[in-house]
Amino acid sequence: MLKCDNCNKPATVHLTEIKHGKKLEKHLCEQCAAQNEGLPVKSHTPINELLTNFVMAHSGLQKGTEAACDGCGITWAEFRQGGLFGCANDYTAFEKDLTPLLQRAHEGATHHVGKVPTRRGGTGVPMKRQLDVSKLRKELAKAVEGEDYERAAKLRDQIKQAEG
Amino acid sequence: MKLSDLTSHAGEWLRGSGPMSEVVISSRIRLARNIAGYPFLARCSRGQRTTIEHKTRDTILNSQIAPQTLYVDLEQAPQTDRDLLVERHLISKPHAAAEGARGVAIGENETVSIMINEEDHLRIQVLRSGLQLEEAWEQINKLDDALEAKLDYSFHPRFGYLTACPTNVGTGIRVSVMLHLPALKLTSEIEKVFRAAKDMRLAVRGLYGEGTEATGDFYQISNQTTLGKSEEEIISDFKHLVIPKIIDYEHHARRTLLNDKTVALDDKVFRALGVLRHARLITSEDTLSMLSHLRLGVNLGRIKDIDVRTINELFLLTQPAHLQKIQGKRLDGDVRRQARAEYIRARLNGN
Repeated sequence: MLKCDNCNKPATVHLTEIKHGKKLEKHLCEQCAAQNEGLPVKSHTPINELLTNFVMAHSGLQKGTEAACDGCGITWAEFRQGGLFGCANDYTAFEKDLTPLLQRAHEGATHHVGKVPTRRGGTGVPMKRQLDVSKLRKELAKAVEGEDYERAAKLRDQIKQAEG
Repeated sequence: MKLSDLTSHAGEWLRGSGPMSEVVISSRIRLARNIAGYPFLARCSRGQRTTIEHKTRDTILNSQIAPQTLYVDLEQAPQTDRDLLVERHLISKPHAAAEGARGVAIGENETVSIMINEEDHLRIQVLRSGLQLEEAWEQINKLDDALEAKLDYSFHPRFGYLTACPTNVGTGIRVSVMLHLPALKLTSEIEKVFRAAKDMRLAVRGLYGEGTEATGDFYQISNQTTLGKSEEEIISDFKHLVIPKIIDYEHHARRTLLNDKTVALDDKVFRALGVLRHARLITSEDTLSMLSHLRLGVNLGRIKDIDVRTINELFLLTQPAHLQKIQGKRLDGDVRRQARAEYIRARLNGN
């Protein structure tokens, strides 16, 4: 059995990197892989844990999403059970978990396109800029669809700039 | 304007006119909005709920949003009044059955209704007869602007208008068209419409929206996607792609009935007329299905002495809450069925 490049433990993680046209192979133990390459590896996950994770993921009771919203105190699991959010902040608090859900519900969409209020939440700040961004995003989606990658890249830069 | 003033006639949207009115009963657009700085309703305290109700009610009534606005405090309103509003499509069933501070503002001849504290703080609706989606959008868009000038909406640059349920987020728009499809039902082709609608990511519902049966051959088709498409795109899809196809399909089925199955068609139509003109006890379900066939007969020129408007009104005024409101008392069981039969006879025989 190969030994870890760093220490003498058995190497269980094998990496192949291509750098400047050269092939570079690395053989590491789990610990070194996690430390040096930032790869969290768990090779000996018991089957029942795998299954539990799988079931949890599909029932929405994911691990690590037990955190509650600062605004209203709702958890992701509570939301999944009732189907309703508790406050506006939930959209940002659970953004990561929410995205795939939105994609399923809205034909793959993740960003708003359409009407924008003239001002924002009592601040009097005009929303014009956001309007521009959503227009650009729409154009970007069209460019990608039409495989016009040059235009897509330009639009992407414009969006970045507008969001500044 | 009082609530009881509504019972003698049908709302503007049921007047039986408007483009494509032989198939399209009504066009409805609603927008879901929430007020920034308050939790969504599921997490609102009683006090917050009351504050939202007061604040939005005052805004609506003071901003001259619609002339002659009638406001109904649903927490105080008796059940018959709430049922009446459901039958007139001015509030939803859950809104009628809920608890706590909530209400509805009704204006512009019932083409406008603004529900306060339904699933979202505000549910703005415009309802018009026939296929009038662009007109409805223009009207609701102005209304929304007028409200937004006074209220701070919850909005996020990425997610759009924030709603309690993420299935409404983005535009917060639901476009629904209520269709009368008796010929597709009679020719057993209605399933194809359901399948096509599902493929186009549209929902098909019954007469009173979510979770209701398609009685009287009425079907509500509505969009489900609210994120990633503009309001105009959603409306344009409906107006140019979805609805014309279904209308054509229904027309085709009507022609088939008329040309190839004339006797079978007439049998349905005149049986319905016979029952409605002569029954002594009739349920609201039977009434809807008979009126549906009668309406088809009138649309196809098989019956000439009854107009569509009368039929449209009967669809509404024979519903339980309307019937009881017209009679001015609570009616149950056979007494109600008898009152319904008498009312229909009077309307159809005097016509």
